[in-house]
Amino acid sequence: MDINATLIGQAIWFGVFIWITMKADRQKLIADGLAAGERGKHELELAGKRSADAMREAKEKAAEVISGADKRGAQLIEEAKLAAKVEADKVVAAAKAEIDQEVERARAALRERVAELAVAGAERILKREVDAKAHAEMLAALKQEL
Amino acid sequence: MASGEALTTSAYISHHLTNLKVGHGFWTVHLDTLLVSGILGLIVFLGMAILASKATSGVPAGWQNLVEMVLSFVDQQVKDTYHGKSALVTPLAITIFIWVFAMNAMDLIPVDFLPLGLGAAGVHYFKAVPTTDPNLTFGMSLTVFVIMIAMNFKVKGANGFMHEVFTVPFGAKLAPVNLLFRVIEDIAKPISLSLRLFGNMYAGEMVFILIALLGVWQLPLALPWALFHILIITLQAFVFMMLTIVYMSMASESHG
Repeated sequence: MDINATLIGQAIWFGVFIWITMKADRQKLIADGLAAGERGKHELELAGKRSADAMREAKEKAAEVISGADKRGAQLIEEAKLAAKVEADKVVAAAKAEIDQEVERARAALRERVAELAVAGAERILKREVDAKAHAEMLAALKQEL
Repeated sequence: MASGEALTTSAYISHHLTNLKVGHGFWTVHLDTLLVSGILGLIVFLGMAILASKATSGVPAGWQNLVEMVLSFVDQQVKDTYHGKSALVTPLAITIFIWVFAMNAMDLIPVDFLPLGLGAAGVHYFKAVPTTDPNLTFGMSLTVFVIMIAMNFKVKGANGFMHEVFTVPFGAKLAPVNLLFRVIEDIAKPISLSLRLFGNMYAGEMVFILIALLGVWQLPLALPWALFHILIITLQAFVFMMLTIVYMSMASESHG
């Protein structure tokens, strides 16, 4: 175990290796930094893509909603039209039926009066007998009354 | 055994524990330690640097995955222990853990492989595990010591550091005692760091050599010891790293 100049040589080697390691370490740090930067860039890109995707999706959804609303509106209008038509038909039919009824009633009343008038005419004819003039007059009056 | 020559047991052991030397006196250089540690370090750290420069984001694969696992483990240890701002501590901890681990792992190469191969090539002594050379462990721990002192000055300033040295733990009245305590405490740090690593690895290597001496009987023994040694290798690398982080954190936290 003799100490000699080898010691100095070893110290020099040691220094050289520390120096190399320091440089490599710094390079490693820089490389790590670059890698982190790259990762950040990549992530930004991804985020951009994701946001574009989200935007597109939202647009699609909005379009879908709008078209759905349009369809529903048209459907509602159609339904309302249909309902109105049905209602109008119903009203018209009811009015017609009422008119018919009224006419029928009037006719029935008329028929009744016709019978009465016939009976009254017959009475008068029987009372005046052969008075042609009066007869004709009476008939005319009857006609008038009809 | 190592060569065709008749070797005694102690000669075999000391042969394995002798460095490949160049020079004289203090200016002796252990070529094997310098080369093995340097080449290993260049391989792992340049490899790491290349991986870092090519690092891809996303799920890492293969080597990048392994390196990132180790780095994030070390990074977590630093974050848990060190709360200062220095950008040096994490690379320092990573360097220590990976380098010490790689050098310790040389221990797992069977003790006779490299001496046999290199002996054939004309190199007669080769100690393959750099961490069994106290020059290396002291080289590292003294560097850590210098960084620690520098960090003390940088974080606390010269006045703050001196104030801490002279007044902690007993207050200004016992300044000389405080100084003495501080000097002993700080000098003990690099010594314990380096001797712990050196001692563990040297002892481990010694056991490998002793097992290799058993001839055929080394076969059932070498494998369990190698498996157990993987634990020691990792643990020693971790301990060296962890203590360094703790020293750095002590240096950048004010006590007074």
